Amino acid sequence: MATKHTLTFVLMDAPFESARTTTAFRLLHAALDRGYDVNVFAYEGAVALAFAKQAQHPNAVHGRDVAQEDHPLSKNWIAALMAHARERGADLNWVNCGLCVDERGVGEAIEGVRRGSPADCWKMAQQSNATLVIPTK
Amino acid sequence: MPGYLLIESHDPFESMGAARTCELAVQLRAAGHDVALFLVQNGVLAVRGGARHVELDKVIGTKIEVLADDFSLRERGIPSAAVIGGVRVAPIDSVVERMAAGWNALWH
Repeated sequence: MATKHTLTFVLMDAPFESARTTTAFRLLHAALDRGYDVNVFAYEGAVALAFAKQAQHPNAVHGRDVAQEDHPLSKNWIAALMAHARERGADLNWVNCGLCVDERGVGEAIEGVRRGSPADCWKMAQQSNATLVIPTK
Repeated sequence: MPGYLLIESHDPFESMGAARTCELAVQLRAAGHDVALFLVQNGVLAVRGGARHVELDKVIGTKIEVLADDFSLRERGIPSAAVIGGVRVAPIDSVVERMAAGWNALWH
């Protein structure tokens, strides 16, 4: 039986701001697609990636309503990644830094995302084949 | 011994950090490590034919594996045929493969 691989990704960017978020999600998808177990430790602005109250909006400049604009939301991407993990028989273990959550008032996360601390990040790294930190700069 | 995967996401024409990443790659190789450089996002702007990038040329000259993210190239309208020699167009899977093999991955 092949050895199960586990990768950890540490994310810092807030949603809707940087191409790094897109790249990070591509990395998560690629790892899950291979059946790897994936840990994510989100800290600072990245804890808002899974905020359940994210909402789509219309685009008055372009004359589009909410449905036409269909603005992408990072919480939906995370939910899709979790569904993909289940399809591939992999685990996506997503932990938000609790202190960072409280600072920003984004405690309502989507299902499957849990609250933790930097100690979780350390444990994740200890139990992974490799860890990639994607900082804001 | 696990290798080092350096991931460069910055435009080398506006960030000196990209040059430092290239220097680090060369120094790690000189120290006897396996090294690969993965260019992503604006990091791929250095691989266009005709672009001048002395530091990347040194990396290529050191026989370090240089990979350019296919998605980032497409986003920026850079066809594979326009990529300079010594650089391989690659999917982002290249990153997770090396991480699974225990390589040390460093993002800039």
